[in-house]
Amino acid sequence: MSKNINSEKGMGFIIGASSVGTLIEWYDFYIFGMLATIISKQFFPEDSGTSALLSTLAIFAAGFIVRPFGALVFGRLGDMIGRKHTFLLTLVLMGGSTFCIGLVPGFKTIGWAAPILVLILRLVQGLALGGEYGGAATYVAEHAPAHRRGYWTSWIQTTATLGLFLALGIILLIRNMQGVDTFASEWGGWRYPFWISLLLVIVSIVIRMRMSESPMFAKVKEEGKTSVNPLKESFGHRANFKMVLLALFGAVMGQGVIWYTGQFYAQTFIENICKINFTESRNILMIAILFATPFFVVFGALSDKIGRKWIMLLGMLLGICTYFPIYKSFIKWTDPANKRELVDLSKTTVGAAIAHVDATDKKKMLVSTQYDTVYTDGAKFTYTKVDTIHFAATYAGNTAAIGYIIANKDNPATMDTVLVKTKVAAGALLPDGVTYAIIETKSAKPGVVIEKTLDNNTYWWIVFLIFIQVVYVTMVYGPMAAFLVELFPTKIRYTSMSLPYHIGNGVFGGLVPFLGTLIVEFTKTTANPTGDPLAGLWYPVGVAILCLIIGTIYLRNKIDTNVMD
Amino acid sequence: MLLAPSIIIFLFWQAAEKIGHATEATKANVTLQWSIILIIFLPISIGLAIFGYYAWKGYYEHLPESSSEITDY
Repeated sequence: MSKNINSEKGMGFIIGASSVGTLIEWYDFYIFGMLATIISKQFFPEDSGTSALLSTLAIFAAGFIVRPFGALVFGRLGDMIGRKHTFLLTLVLMGGSTFCIGLVPGFKTIGWAAPILVLILRLVQGLALGGEYGGAATYVAEHAPAHRRGYWTSWIQTTATLGLFLALGIILLIRNMQGVDTFASEWGGWRYPFWISLLLVIVSIVIRMRMSESPMFAKVKEEGKTSVNPLKESFGHRANFKMVLLALFGAVMGQGVIWYTGQFYAQTFIENICKINFTESRNILMIAILFATPFFVVFGALSDKIGRKWIMLLGMLLGICTYFPIYKSFIKWTDPANKRELVDLSKTTVGAAIAHVDATDKKKMLVSTQYDTVYTDGAKFTYTKVDTIHFAATYAGNTAAIGYIIANKDNPATMDTVLVKTKVAAGALLPDGVTYAIIETKSAKPGVVIEKTLDNNTYWWIVFLIFIQVVYVTMVYGPMAAFLVELFPTKIRYTSMSLPYHIGNGVFGGLVPFLGTLIVEFTKTTANPTGDPLAGLWYPVGVAILCLIIGTIYLRNKIDTNVMD
Repeated sequence: MLLAPSIIIFLFWQAAEKIGHATEATKANVTLQWSIILIIFLPISIGLAIFGYYAWKGYYEHLPESSSEITDY
């Protein structure tokens, strides 16, 4: 063993075997989030208030909230029976639950059993992830030579970002191959990423079976010094508990919000606030991640030379100082009001209006019109407006029989008013004595869906600004595993480092998109119906400021060379 | 140490205000959202208060130089 762990080749195998499993766990965890929109439609009833409750609970919170509990359960196991067997178990649980999510029939088929099953499986995913990371990071750190611990553990740190990259890539690939409608259907392509997980997990299990137990844990076990009650020893004694609190409030809490702002909130923001289209917003993130990922290793290696503390805190400081200008730029660059380029009238079109009777409310007809505004720089902003026409009586005919006349051509720039004369064909069931009805309606507030395809210049500027944010992520996260490992003793390391990590990363970080969106909602008023789109940044910035202050005052920059205890 | 109770008061105040202002249609959803937020952040705030207490008492003035110093059990 000692021969193996002292050689680059031996460490390469340990890193590779640990990282593949961890990467797959992150992939499993993220595909759920990436497919949240489709999942909520498949597993929850449409147009139901309860559906909103359950989907909110399931999609935004459940998986993240249970991660600290997974850390406690599997951390305890890892400190009692060993690292290797514990993270093998978490891998099986994660792979199994992910695969099963892909097998659950939709709400249309099994009703309420669908969201309940998905929720349970999502909880298992969260528990498994809670146990996985601490095990893998501990395992690698306990093999790594002291002077290169930051470098070697930084490879494990790349897996969360690469898992996200893999999830994005596979989803985009299948979606582009299948087409949007087939992909989103009940048994469509959105299930494939869940099924693919099984294959990945089997490969990973085979690799991990060949691994040996951590030499440090093996030594502790041989000497009969393993912990009898890791939870009590980690959190029941002030000397260790104070370090758990310091790790959480002085480092991991800030790291979590920087991580999820740079990689998740950024994507949510450019898609939902800036309205950049589905494929483009994900491509932007993927390119940024691809170029920034090597910096995990750069900062991990640097931390072996200059210490972990200041690299992590500098990442937080940069985030605090630059988030508002960066997100302000996103809005400015994608706002048509700021475009200096002319509208290319030869390519700007107003599509034919398409009308159909609402499936659930037969008194309503929906008329949608698509406006493509193309600019001379190549940017294309598509507005799809849906007006609602109200019938005087319930319509019992078929949609194909409806005739309609657009009374006036709308102005694509304003799209303010639609006057529609709707002529219902003969044979339609209308109030007695009426063979056709002319309904004039002014839709005061039509639903408008905006989707933007960026011009080349803006596209690459946004890639660059997200790349910058992912570099911040690499600064706070690259040295993190080595930092945490060095903070706690071997016999209770798995438990002690897992809990602050999953509260900081999973809870503080994982809730960034949800709380950020919620804060923006709070700023909406009747006078300002769109609210302040930048207000959501106050949550990550506030948490990062608090963490930066605590970390600056209380953390030590010393590298602990002796973790063999 | 004082920050933690401030956060707790702020969270309860915000929760009461937002739930109070919610319409009938959104009340259940807003209540659930704030219940989740409170359930998550109350224990964390208590942890922050304990951290503040430790810091106030000076327990962080000397951080352990080796792991043997933090195994006082």
